Amino acid sequence: MRKPIILFAVGLTMFMAACGDNKSNRLPILGHRDAETKTVDGKEVTDTVYQTIPPFKFVNQYGDSITDNNLKGKIYVADFFFTSCPSICPTMHRNMLNVYNAYKADDNFKILSYSIDPKYDSVPVLKKYADKLGISGQSWWLLQSGKDETYKLATSYLTSVAEDASVPGGHVHDGWFILIDKQKHIRGTYDGTVTTEVTKLIADIKTLQAEPEQRVAQ
Amino acid sequence: MRAVWIIASFLTVVIAIASCQTAEDIEFKRYYTAGLVEYQNHCQNCHGDKGQGLAALIPPLTDTAYISRNKNMLACLLSKGIKGKITVAGKEFDSEMPPAELAPMEIAQVLTYVGNSFGNKVGLISNDDVTRDLKNCR
Repeated sequence: MRKPIILFAVGLTMFMAACGDNKSNRLPILGHRDAETKTVDGKEVTDTVYQTIPPFKFVNQYGDSITDNNLKGKIYVADFFFTSCPSICPTMHRNMLNVYNAYKADDNFKILSYSIDPKYDSVPVLKKYADKLGISGQSWWLLQSGKDETYKLATSYLTSVAEDASVPGGHVHDGWFILIDKQKHIRGTYDGTVTTEVTKLIADIKTLQAEPEQRVAQ
Repeated sequence: MRAVWIIASFLTVVIAIASCQTAEDIEFKRYYTAGLVEYQNHCQNCHGDKGQGLAALIPPLTDTAYISRNKNMLACLLSKGIKGKITVAGKEFDSEMPPAELAPMEIAQVLTYVGNSFGNKVGLISNDDVTRDLKNCR
């Protein structure tokens, strides 16, 4: 009588252990999600629809127009900053330089830093900042566009930005680094002011690149 | 019993020697530890936890020659901020450092910390030093 129960327990444990192994090499998909039911070949199919980064149009430090189309087939990390930022930005970009140096040779990886002070951060200002930061080429884009568009886009990245005259620099914002996959899903958020979190981000990018869905060209 | 007494008196002597610090040592350590906290709150974001700065944007604090040469100017640099070009560690920097919102005593603490970290060794910069230096700001 007891044997089947033990066998069942062993079987269940093995099954769960096997599942766990499968999942440990995948990063979670963050953000809100919806269920979408549609009819395929006369059968009702329900799919999970994950939050995606909406289309956008910005200008980079070279004066080139950059849209979501430029990120097709790319994994990227995004953050929000401004060049005259006296608070957390220097720490964030000191840490982001580690991400840049780890992946700058990879054509399918990019870093996007959106300026939340586009009035001051013109294209020449962004270029000068990039030069002084020591970054070149096309792997790290510093982007600017209209303020409203930028602030609206920040919420899609689960990041909060705002103008606040009472703080030094006149803007408040989170220090998150957001990891985006080729399907435009949010796969991780990391505190850009904490070195250990950024080290984890560098490791997670590698984990993400190894996922089957990320290896196919888009 | 006798052995216990010998060990106890030996330990007492060791502890007495170890805790025997001069008044200047204690004064220096008080400035230095308070300065570390001031540094973390007011300076570290830009200048980094190792005083490494940030590329060509923010100068490092590891140029020991600069720090010791300008020892008497440092209080003014913190208090008034820096605008315009300066050369640190053989590189030219042209970015603005905002004036630090610190009392003279806090400036003395943070300067004692920076002046004796990251390879620097200028010794104590006291409240009196800072008060005197601040009178000579240009």
